[in-house]
Amino acid sequence: MTAARQSTGARTALPSLPSVYRARASVELKEFFRQRESVVFTILLPVLLLVVFGAVLDYELRGGVAFTQYFIAGIIAAGILGASLQNMAISIATERSDGTLKSLAGTPMPRSAFFVGKVVQVLAVTALIIVVLLLVAVVFYGVDLPSGSDWLTFLWVTVLGSASCTLLGIALSSLAKNGRSASATVTPFALVLQFISGVFFQFSQIPEWMQTFAAIFPLKWMAQGLRSVFLPDALAAEEPAGSWELGRVALVLGIWCVVGLVLCVRTFSWQDRGSR
Amino acid sequence: MAAPAGIRPRAGDPLDPDAAISIRGLVKRYGDFSAVDGLDLDIRRGEIFALLGPNGAGKTTTVEICEGYRRQDAGEVRVLGEDPANGDRRWKSRLGIVLQSGGGDSQLTVGELVRAQASYYPDPRDPDEVVALVGLTEKAGIRARALSGGQRRRLDVALGIVGRPELLFLDEPTTGFDPEARRQFWSLIRSLRDLGTTMLLTTHYLDEAEALADRVGVIARGRLAEVAVPSTLGGRETAPAVVSWTEDGARRTEPTATPTAFVRELAARFDGEVPDLAVARPTLEDVYLKMIGEAGR
Repeated sequence: MTAARQSTGARTALPSLPSVYRARASVELKEFFRQRESVVFTILLPVLLLVVFGAVLDYELRGGVAFTQYFIAGIIAAGILGASLQNMAISIATERSDGTLKSLAGTPMPRSAFFVGKVVQVLAVTALIIVVLLLVAVVFYGVDLPSGSDWLTFLWVTVLGSASCTLLGIALSSLAKNGRSASATVTPFALVLQFISGVFFQFSQIPEWMQTFAAIFPLKWMAQGLRSVFLPDALAAEEPAGSWELGRVALVLGIWCVVGLVLCVRTFSWQDRGSR
Repeated sequence: MAAPAGIRPRAGDPLDPDAAISIRGLVKRYGDFSAVDGLDLDIRRGEIFALLGPNGAGKTTTVEICEGYRRQDAGEVRVLGEDPANGDRRWKSRLGIVLQSGGGDSQLTVGELVRAQASYYPDPRDPDEVVALVGLTEKAGIRARALSGGQRRRLDVALGIVGRPELLFLDEPTTGFDPEARRQFWSLIRSLRDLGTTMLLTTHYLDEAEALADRVGVIARGRLAEVAVPSTLGGRETAPAVVSWTEDGARRTEPTATPTAFVRELAARFDGEVPDLAVARPTLEDVYLKMIGEAGR
């Protein structure tokens, strides 16, 4: 009996991890880009905000720097937040409540493949948002692209911010009953964060207690890290701390990665609560 | 009286190593409520076994323990020789699962979903053939979210069988089907049986159990009330038949253990056709309703 089963097993090997990872990545990309709501909400909304705010808030910061040069950093940070935290919280809550996750858990798909697929989706969407935002900013608002080592800062802030927000989004999905309730909770929260984290307004002009509150969450640090990329170093003096605090940006985002990972491991479930 | 050999294990019997599913003393509690309360069952390889029972009787709980989704509080379960609690990828690759509530509103097409599912299995069926088998070839390029309820259910079945399972779980697979779709589904299930697939089916439809199942088990209050082939459940085959006819403008009925002799008498009395003659055995439904009624008392 056991021998018979093992010989059956030896006959055909389970599919390799890379092949399942590719299949899941393809599924996740199709799921995202074919859903009009998610594309409009996640990609077009930041672009629209850039166009509108770029035209309306047409003033100069100290040293003759256009506000759009400040705003592009913030709107990219908000775009990363949407592509990772909001996207993951809503899509995974939906898939948990409609039984997609439960069905997957009953297949021999390696569980890591699910998360690899999600990460590929987040990376693709994030990259697309950044490219489109930069394109619009450069063509319509004459924003200066970063130069030299600023690109490196751009890269690590994006990767670290995206990773922490993806993990947090996956963890948050467990709190919601379904996709709709996830959206109803996460969307207003993200909007408030955007207003107090230096996306639409200069962070230094926000009341101090709001600054303190915003500093708990990753968005403020992503926006600050990205400002160091897009603004001349002289404007670091405008920051509340008087500098870009890149070390602290890395530290806070790194801590959120760890916290998010622990929350994911402890709370992630393939089924609705109460059905075990 | 001893049960026919192999029909039903008793509490305390050893697990059957050759069975597709072997269950002994299964207990699952939710708070004070025992959803499953001491269940013993063997399902043989190659058979279609239907689990019948009212809502809340413990059908889905039992099936989901076998699938590895839930953990029992007591008792032992072996599915294809392994404890579902320790089921690994290799074990899962031998199962097919069609859950009660199917997948969600996918943006992928029928063909894409079946192909993706196939990529998780070591020796999958040809996705196009599976799509054809469930009758969705014309819908292969349609997104899953645009399917009707019955079509979606057939897609769920396609996803359940594309991995070439040895054992297929079907939890209320035809709920929401129109009669024609159910007939088509039944012939699909029969063709799968001919390919050697073992199936555990839960259903509310007694005609479905009678049409498909080699054996049926009636579960009530978390226990198996009876396991039998459909034609003998509840002593159906020996239960008195009911002969009914019309005489002097009134409907007459007569329960009898010897319907043939009774009808012969009637025929002699009427000297020809007996008006509106009917001979009926208790239907599976009659037997079932009596059984779950008794278990509930």
